[in-house]
Amino acid sequence: MSLLPFCEWLAVTPGSIALHQSVYMYPLVESAHVLTLCVFIGFAVIWDLRLLGVNFTNVPMTQLKRRLGPWMTGGFIVMVTTGAMLFYAIPVRSYQSIWFRMKAVALVLAGLNAFVFHRTIDRRIEEWDTDPVPPHAARLAGAGSLVLWTVIIVAGRMIAYNWFDCDKQPQAQIVNALAGCVVPAEGLR
Amino acid sequence: MLLPYFQWLSDTRVSQAIGQSSWAFAVVESVHLLALAVIGGAVLMVDLRLLGLGLRDQPIERVARDAFPWFVGSLIVMLITGFGLFMSEAIKCYYSTPFWVKMGSLLLAMIFAFTVRRKVALAGEGQVRPIWLKVVAVVSLVLWFAVGASGRWIGFSA
Repeated sequence: MSLLPFCEWLAVTPGSIALHQSVYMYPLVESAHVLTLCVFIGFAVIWDLRLLGVNFTNVPMTQLKRRLGPWMTGGFIVMVTTGAMLFYAIPVRSYQSIWFRMKAVALVLAGLNAFVFHRTIDRRIEEWDTDPVPPHAARLAGAGSLVLWTVIIVAGRMIAYNWFDCDKQPQAQIVNALAGCVVPAEGLR
Repeated sequence: MLLPYFQWLSDTRVSQAIGQSSWAFAVVESVHLLALAVIGGAVLMVDLRLLGLGLRDQPIERVARDAFPWFVGSLIVMLITGFGLFMSEAIKCYYSTPFWVKMGSLLLAMIFAFTVRRKVALAGEGQVRPIWLKVVAVVSLVLWFAVGASGRWIGFSA
């Protein structure tokens, strides 16, 4: 199933064109997306480092969760909204970007990591709430989260570069396959 | 007056190398962004606490002390990578208004962070009137926001 027709349809909607061509709106949305990184991922890093037993070790986990949670939720909502707007402005190129796809996969994995954490070790959080260094499973979740958010930030930044864009041919076959490029057979080479 | 120095910087080998490489700028920029996430967390933890939000069950000085190494570490990474980015397009920066806004606010933000804000945050409960804690936090947030927003805007003003 390809989402390309949907993205092509999205790209010609008036809102997408307006956002894409706007002088100030697009940069403003982009800036909001980048700066909210400080709130959401900034606190996610603090949280993950606490899970690893590296910082704020004398703060109980439940206290950190209760105090940072609302800010992280707020930041996450802004990030997802502005991120969706950035995609809406440039749907086809984003969809066929190898970096965008890498970011999307890492986002799903980060969500999965958080889900597994909530379903397992987080259920018994009272037992290790005040431990300076949380149990193995919690440290694993923290490390996984740090790695995934690093991938998300780097891949997200790389979307801006056109090294592997579909309109730059020839590309390695693996790039075309991963980016979902529609390449005319031998025609344009 | 500063133009010759900017010119000299942009002629250096390192600057040329970053400018001509197809990926060096992107990689340095990514590290700059990763450090932004860390410094964002470190700054917000303390400023929110000063405002009576965030980790408000903990003493201010403890939050400040725990956040400090991350603040300094990420600031060092940001300054090094930021200088690399600046070197690779020093002349463009010289003529960029957002660049000068960023440098001005960055200087103020750093001075403020290592003097007034640090002193107030480490003073301990009851040493400083609550209203001043909030004033310090707001000044810090405004300054760092100006640094981030104008920094992002350097890239838009081609």
